[in-house]
Amino acid sequence: MCLGIPGKVVETFQEHDILMGKVSFDGVVKKVCLEHVPDAAPGEYVLVHVGFALSKIEEAQARQVFELLDALEMPSELDESGDTG
Amino acid sequence: MKYLDEYRDPDAAIRLVRAIEARLSRPWTIMEVCGGQTHTIVKFGIDRMLPEELTLVHGPGCPVCVTALERIDRAHAIASRPEVIFTSFGDMLRVPGSSGDLLELKARGADVRIVYSPLDAVELAATNPKREVVFFAVGFETTAPANAMAVRQAHRRGLTNFSVLVSHVLVPPAMTHILQSPENRVEGFLGPGHVCTVMGTEEYAPIAKSFGVPIEITGFEPVDMLEGILKCVEQLEAGTAEVRTPYRRVVRPEGNLSAKNLLSEVFEVCDRSWRGVGTIPKSGYRLAPEYRAYDAERRFDTSEIATRESPGCISGQILKGVRKPIDCPLFGTDCTPRRPLGATMVSAEGACAAYYAYGRHLELVDAAG
Repeated sequence: MCLGIPGKVVETFQEHDILMGKVSFDGVVKKVCLEHVPDAAPGEYVLVHVGFALSKIEEAQARQVFELLDALEMPSELDESGDTG
Repeated sequence: MKYLDEYRDPDAAIRLVRAIEARLSRPWTIMEVCGGQTHTIVKFGIDRMLPEELTLVHGPGCPVCVTALERIDRAHAIASRPEVIFTSFGDMLRVPGSSGDLLELKARGADVRIVYSPLDAVELAATNPKREVVFFAVGFETTAPANAMAVRQAHRRGLTNFSVLVSHVLVPPAMTHILQSPENRVEGFLGPGHVCTVMGTEEYAPIAKSFGVPIEITGFEPVDMLEGILKCVEQLEAGTAEVRTPYRRVVRPEGNLSAKNLLSEVFEVCDRSWRGVGTIPKSGYRLAPEYRAYDAERRFDTSEIATRESPGCISGQILKGVRKPIDCPLFGTDCTPRRPLGATMVSAEGACAAYYAYGRHLELVDAAG
């Protein structure tokens, strides 16, 4: 739960009065709440915990985190099983 | 250093290990707080690269592991009700309660569903107005903003069939609890990088000051962790006890203000019982008075539960860094990730699960001949 998964913001929109976005996690696109990173723009990377972006990160770092998650082979919150790792 | 071929930057790792060796003049014990960090340490063999004088002990930083058995049993009691759609993050489903887990309940016909985000649970409540949707709100400060937002959104959307079973736990009080224990061995901490992304680092300064322990807010990459360990050793050797943040590229001292504001609107701090540890004062969140209507414990009577913990499990001592998974006679034999007996084997983030995943139970067998 505390590792967070980096993803690339594809688009942003308002839904039920909060800022949401479509975020691509290496190709898997999920709806993510961007309310806590209001300046995140399409093309930028965010670190996402249980469907909420809590910080912006650089692209190079996002790649590194993905590699780490792969290496750790921990269940990801993106898995169909819904594990939050 | 057999693990080094897995490193993205083995040269940096070697340089850091050498620097740690050069700085070390006596034995020290450092605790990493976060379960994700424990996994990095075990997977990449960080503990085995370091000089023997330096002991790494694993902290209580796995929210699934430390969710009290009483909360799990309460979740089961609520999930068993026919009018309820019980929603949870996936890794809570396999956590054994006093009798079975949520997956077994689901197999017996309970409507238990995994959600990716707590907002998905709010959406379920909106689309199922005749059902009661309950969300199991667990985790440290990293998941709390998401869960707080779900409650606030349910309130704003006027959904009266949504409630949360709140079991949030907070890191700094747990660190204090560990340091106050007469069994404490911890002399320095690697602080939880992503918890601090939300909360900032200010809460850690009083801990460093009152107990005289250095705290290095650390990331999760192997090289990040080696850097955190080096900085911590430098502080220990110099006799300083400050909060520093080598993980500066992600953590700001003030944290995420918008998330913190939401937390203080929706939650209030309360005493919380930690599985394997016991009650730690002011170490959890519950709903603030204005959001109490969304409290599943008030909505459903769960007074019938009878909580029983597995005998023989030493997870409480493991969570406090007093003992390690391999010190447990049940580890890898009677207790495995498939049949976990206690908190630290339950979740992928638990210390016992990490040791098991990377084969350290097999070494015990080899050692026994």
